[in-house]
Amino acid sequence: MWDGEAARAALPTVLEGFGVTLVATVLAFAVAMVMGLVLALAQRGGPAWLALPVRGAAGFVRSTPLLVQLFAAWVLIPGLDAPTLGVLVLGVHYATYLSEVYRTGIDAVPKGQWEACTALSLPRRRVWRAVVLPQAVRNVLPPLGNYAVSMFKETPLLSVITVHEMVHEANTFGSTHFAYLESFTLAAAVFLLASWPTSVLIRRLEARLAH
Amino acid sequence: MAEFLPELRRAVPRLGEGLLTTVEATVLGAALALLLAYTLGLLSRSARLPVRGAVRVVVEFFRGTSLYVQLFWLFFALPMVGFRLEPLVCGVLALGLNFGAYGSEVVRGAVTAVPRAQTEAAIALGMGPVLRLRRVVLPQAHALMVAPFKNLLVQLLKATPLLSLVTVPDLTFQIDQLRSSTGATAASYLLLLGLYFGMAVVLSLLMNALERAAKARLGQEGGT
Repeated sequence: MWDGEAARAALPTVLEGFGVTLVATVLAFAVAMVMGLVLALAQRGGPAWLALPVRGAAGFVRSTPLLVQLFAAWVLIPGLDAPTLGVLVLGVHYATYLSEVYRTGIDAVPKGQWEACTALSLPRRRVWRAVVLPQAVRNVLPPLGNYAVSMFKETPLLSVITVHEMVHEANTFGSTHFAYLESFTLAAAVFLLASWPTSVLIRRLEARLAH
Repeated sequence: MAEFLPELRRAVPRLGEGLLTTVEATVLGAALALLLAYTLGLLSRSARLPVRGAVRVVVEFFRGTSLYVQLFWLFFALPMVGFRLEPLVCGVLALGLNFGAYGSEVVRGAVTAVPRAQTEAAIALGMGPVLRLRRVVLPQAHALMVAPFKNLLVQLLKATPLLSLVTVPDLTFQIDQLRSSTGATAASYLLLLGLYFGMAVVLSLLMNALERAAKARLGQEGGT
């Protein structure tokens, strides 16, 4: 049954893993945000010979399991250490989600805005930077937040390529001290404590932006 | 690479078993998730505060604690308090509980999105609460639910390779065996990714057909 002593011993290990999880999430999400925008712009504003293959590749990555992508990248791409590779694969996977978020956000900018730009004969670059993207940001903030939380909860997958994130640490502690109950329950509690307040904040942001 | 094709041919029965296990986990997990999604989603609109509160806690708990932790908890920690479940059962439970919690939000949102006037009209016609839900509210909510459910279903399918981490001999497990026996890493993983992509496409097409059917029943645009 529950052993308070073991739980206290597991806590520093689990928290150390939490630090790794947090850093991995932040870096991977930065990759995803930038690459997702590139993917979205290539599909929305790029020429057809570029847009179609990009859409196909993004669809393939989006529809296949992250775990298998991690395994494949781990054995097929040499020369990168596990944390770097993990952050890149996680970032690319989520970039394919975020590109859809950006696309919907861009499509939701009223047509009249584009027409006004044409009427003012603004240069293309200026249309995107000064008119469309600032309005699209408003549409995409809440979904971006939700994806950040869900990415945070998917980082335990990086443990399969030997990244020492929280679930990996909990598993190791559990097997060496025979205290799986304590270590995994702590890991679950940390996830809940970190992701629940964030979801509440995002819901508030969503409600405020809706007006 | 030269040995890969004959080895692949020999491995076909085992790959078939693995595929069947993956399909089984997906179907059972999705069935449990759907059941939970409806139960929790409808209860979350209850007039009684304690019921709503309890549902909120359950949903936030299963959404907030990560599918991976839930699966490992069921597989590693639960035996320590005296319950040992089959690995496949752990997988189906974890998938069902996690995606059921996400799905309950879809059900709640869709039911809330049905215009209030529909309920009021049903009350005016003297329909009871059950009949109202069954004949007026749910058919309209269904059409709104299908698209988000499609996303969740594909997510659930994509989460099934996790089961190989808790010793379930699913498709990922079997192809990993093939990979280590042939050494054809690229070909094996490409095959695995291709199979998952195929399954995701089939699921999407099925759900699109369901959405058309649900809309057609309401005589809406997009139905056939």
